[in-house]
Amino acid sequence: MFILEINPLVLPDIGLVFWNTIAFLVLLIVLGKFAWKPMLKAIADRESGIEEALLRADKMKAEIAAMQNENEALLAKAREERATLIKEAKEASDKMVAEAKDKAKSEYDRILADAQLAITQQKNAAITEVKNQVGTLVIEVAEKVLRKELSNKADQESYIKQLADGVKLN
Amino acid sequence: MSLLRIKTLLVASFSFLALAISNPLLANEKAVSLDSNTAAHDTASQLAGAETHSATTAHEAKAFNVTETILEHIKDDHSWHLWGHTSVALPVILKTSKGFEVFSSANLVDEHHEPIVFKGNFNYKLVEGKLKIVNEIGAVDEEANKQLIDISITKNVASLFISVFIILFIFLNAAAAYKKTGVTSAPKGLQSFMEPIVLFVRDDLAIPNIGKKKYAKFMPFLLTVFFLILTNNFLGLIPFFPGGANVSGNIAFTMMLAVCVFVVVNLSANKNYWQHIFWMPGMHWSMKLFLAPIELIGVFTKPISLMIRLFANITAGHILVLSLICIIFIFKTVFASAIAVPFAVFIGMIECLVAFLQAYIFTMLTAMYIGMANEEHHHEHADAAHH
Repeated sequence: MFILEINPLVLPDIGLVFWNTIAFLVLLIVLGKFAWKPMLKAIADRESGIEEALLRADKMKAEIAAMQNENEALLAKAREERATLIKEAKEASDKMVAEAKDKAKSEYDRILADAQLAITQQKNAAITEVKNQVGTLVIEVAEKVLRKELSNKADQESYIKQLADGVKLN
Repeated sequence: MSLLRIKTLLVASFSFLALAISNPLLANEKAVSLDSNTAAHDTASQLAGAETHSATTAHEAKAFNVTETILEHIKDDHSWHLWGHTSVALPVILKTSKGFEVFSSANLVDEHHEPIVFKGNFNYKLVEGKLKIVNEIGAVDEEANKQLIDISITKNVASLFISVFIILFIFLNAAAAYKKTGVTSAPKGLQSFMEPIVLFVRDDLAIPNIGKKKYAKFMPFLLTVFFLILTNNFLGLIPFFPGGANVSGNIAFTMMLAVCVFVVVNLSANKNYWQHIFWMPGMHWSMKLFLAPIELIGVFTKPISLMIRLFANITAGHILVLSLICIIFIFKTVFASAIAVPFAVFIGMIECLVAFLQAYIFTMLTAMYIGMANEEHHHEHADAAHH
C-alpha cells in the first residue's frame, strides 16, 4: 500500500472509476443494442448470402454441365434415331419398289397371257368363220354350178358320180 | 531513395518549426515551472497563495523540474488546459458528509491559476491537483477527507465522454447504414471504413480464440472494449483540445476494463475451467494440490496484467514524448529542439502503432481468457493415458 500511495499515477481515483464504469456500461448497452447487433447481423447475413450465392452458382454450374451432357446424349440418340429412320425408310421404299415391280411384272404376265388367250380365241373364231364362209361360198358356187350342170341329165349324173368319188370323209 | 529524402525534409522542417516556436514556448514553460515550484514549496502558506506568488520571482533561477512537468501532463486535472492561460473549467461534483455539492472548478483557482480555497459546505482546495477539504488555517483535514467522494467531471472524464460520443456517433451511423442500404449492397463511407475493423475483431480476435460456436455472445463486449481503448489511445495522442487527456494511460480506466474482463471471464466460465483451476485433471494428486493455488492466483493476475500492460504502455509513451520535449527546457536552448522534436515525432509515430497494438493486445488477451474459460474439455485422451 505504501508504494501505491507514493505514486499518484497508480492510485485510481474513485471518481474516475465511477465515470469510467458508467461510460463503459452505457457504451456496451447502447452499442450492443443499436450498433453491434445490427452490424454483425448484417455482416453475417451478407456472408451467408454470398456463401449461398456461391453454392447456388456451383449447383447451377453442375446443373448446366449435367444439362449439357443430357443434351449431348439426346443429340446422339436423335442422330442414331434419324439414321435408323432413314435406313428403315430406305428399306421400306426399296421394298415398295420391289413389290411394285413384282406386281407390275405379274400384271404384265397376266395381261400377256390374257391377250394371247384372246388372240388364240379370236383366231380360232376367225378361222371358224372363214371356214363357215368358205363352206357357204363353196355351197353357193356349187349350187350355181349344179344349177347350170343339172340342166343336162347325163352330165348330172356323171358329176354326182365324180363328186362322190372325190369326197373323201375327212 | 525519394522516400528517404522526404523523411529528411520532414525532419528538417519540423526542427525548423520547433526552433521558430520554441522561444515563446520556453518563456511559457518557465512561468509554468515557476508556478509548480510555488505549489510545491509553499505548502505551508497555501492559504496565502496569492501573496506568495509575488514572492516567487525570487525563484526565477530555480532548476526546471522535469518530473513535475511530466506528471502534471499525465495526471488528471479539474480543469482542461487549452493553451497559454486559457482553460476550460469543469464541474466539480462532491459527496461529503453533508451530501452532494456541485460547483465550477473555476472557483478553485485565482486569475493566476493558483489554487485558492473555495468555501462550499467545507473549505475546498486543490492540493497537488487533487481536491481536498482544508481547515481554517489551510491544512488538509484528514478526518473530513475520509468522507469525501470526488466524482467530478475531470479532464479525463470529459475526454472519456468525448470518446464515448465519437464512438456512438461513428457506430450508430455505421449501423444505420446497414439498415438503409440493406445487406446486399457493398458498404459505403463510414460503414466501409469500420466494417473491416469490426471484421478484424471478429475474425482475428474472437473466432480463433473463443471458437466459432461461442464467439457471438462475447462480440459486443470485445468490440466495445477494443474501440473504447483504441479511441482513447488515439485521443490521448492528440496534444490539444479534443485529445490531450491521458484516459487510457490512467489506472482507473484500465482497472475498470480489467474488472469487466474479470467479471465476464469468470461469469462465463464453464465447469471444465474451474476443474482445471482447482483440480487439474491428468495430474498426480500432489501436483493437483500444488497447482490449485497457482491457478487460483492466475485467475486474478490475468486481468491485473491487462490493467498494468495498457496503463504502463500508454503512460510510458506519453512520458517518453514529454521527456523528449523537456530536453529543450533542460538544456535551455532552442537548438536542443533539433534533436528533441524529430525524436518526439518518431516516438509519436511509434505511439500511433502502440495505440492500435495495445487495443489489439488487450482485446486479443480478453478473447483468449474468455476462450480458455469456455473451452470444452478435450483432455480425455491425456487422462486415459495417465490412469
